[in-house]
Amino acid sequence: MATDFQSASGLKRVRGLGSARSGAHHWWLQRVTAAGNLVLLIWFVASVLMLPNLSHSGVTAWIAQPLVAVPLILLIFSTFWHARLGVQVMIEDYVHAEGLKLLAFIALNFFILAAGAVATFSVLAIAFGA
Amino acid sequence: MAEFSLPANSKISDKGKSYPAPAGASRTKTFRIYRWSPDDGQNPRYDSYTIDLDDCGPMVLDALIKIKGEIDPTLTFRRSCREGICGSCSMNIDGTNTLACTLAIEDVKGDVKITPLPHMQVVKDLVPDMTHFYAQYASIKPWLQTVTPAPAMKERVQSPQDREKLDGLYECILCACCSTSCPSYWWNSDRFLGPAILLQAYRWLADSRDEMTGERLDQLEDPFRLYRCHTIMNCANVCPKGLNPAKAIAEIKKMMVSRSV
Ligand code: SF4
Ligand code: SF4
Ligand code: FES
Repeated sequence: MATDFQSASGLKRVRGLGSARSGAHHWWLQRVTAAGNLVLLIWFVASVLMLPNLSHSGVTAWIAQPLVAVPLILLIFSTFWHARLGVQVMIEDYVHAEGLKLLAFIALNFFILAAGAVATFSVLAIAFGA
Repeated sequence: MAEFSLPANSKISDKGKSYPAPAGASRTKTFRIYRWSPDDGQNPRYDSYTIDLDDCGPMVLDALIKIKGEIDPTLTFRRSCREGICGSCSMNIDGTNTLACTLAIEDVKGDVKITPLPHMQVVKDLVPDMTHFYAQYASIKPWLQTVTPAPAMKERVQSPQDREKLDGLYECILCACCSTSCPSYWWNSDRFLGPAILLQAYRWLADSRDEMTGERLDQLEDPFRLYRCHTIMNCANVCPKGLNPAKAIAEIKKMMVSRSV
């Protein structure tokens, strides 16, 4: 038997460092961003299917309209935020070494922010004709 | 990282013993049972016992008692009530966690394969170490807590409607079949409370007489204690009392949101 299972009363180990008193917000945001993804993705797929042609100039002209650029940016926010929350859960599930877990969280946040910024910038660049 | 392979000294050896059917038995059944003892330095093994069903009670527990009493007294398992109320005979039978005393032998096709509850430390044979599970139970303070002093000379009253809210919760016998079938509990039982304990926690959150709801929720609001549950539903599929811990956990998550939104 592993010794740490037998330490003290067992209750010491279970009570540990106490409750983090967080998690509800994360859980709720995961649901909200999932709903956002659903609505915005349906809009996106339906709009792309209805485009008269998929040439480069046709698509960029479509994206440049304010009522397309703004929902597109919202879609980027929603999906990247949702992905961040979801991958965090996977890390918590499977990465048990504290140091590695911390590194993974930092790498995840840097990646999501960087990739989201690039995606948002791309839409803005098209919208403002850069 | 999560470990997916067994440590070398946990691998099942092929040195299992075999006990043949008694002469003249016509209706036989073979039980393949996980054996491990902390004292002999050996790897675990499966022993096979073939018994005469015409000379045995109907339940899997009857067969275990018969094997221990008549064939091999070293076989070790827990049991007490033999009627599904004490929760001590929980084990994995034919691939599913359940109570040996409420599963009929004839409901198992082919040989009856029995192992201890999955992902628990084994004390001996079919006996898992429940220390951590019970400590987790103690940690949720499973008793009525109030601010109001107890009424003098009478009980705290509860309406029949409020009492009904405890149905589907109070019946839990803490057998741990659900928790030890939950993949999240396998990976993170050090910090995740698991379905059994969370169902018990909800039993007190749902009790109209308990006044510590906020404090109880504070203790549960934690990425690991509560939120490791990903609604995989193994717990509800397996509960031998037909309870639904996943639903109780969903109710706790709802309470968490309603107090902050
Ligand atoms: S909920 Fe069911 S399976 Fe889980 S401990 Fe209680 S009785 Fe056993
Ligand atoms: S519903 Fe939750 S507690 Fe039940 S088996 Fe799935 S993850 Fe575990
Ligand atoms: S012996 Fe009590 S539940 Fe099986």
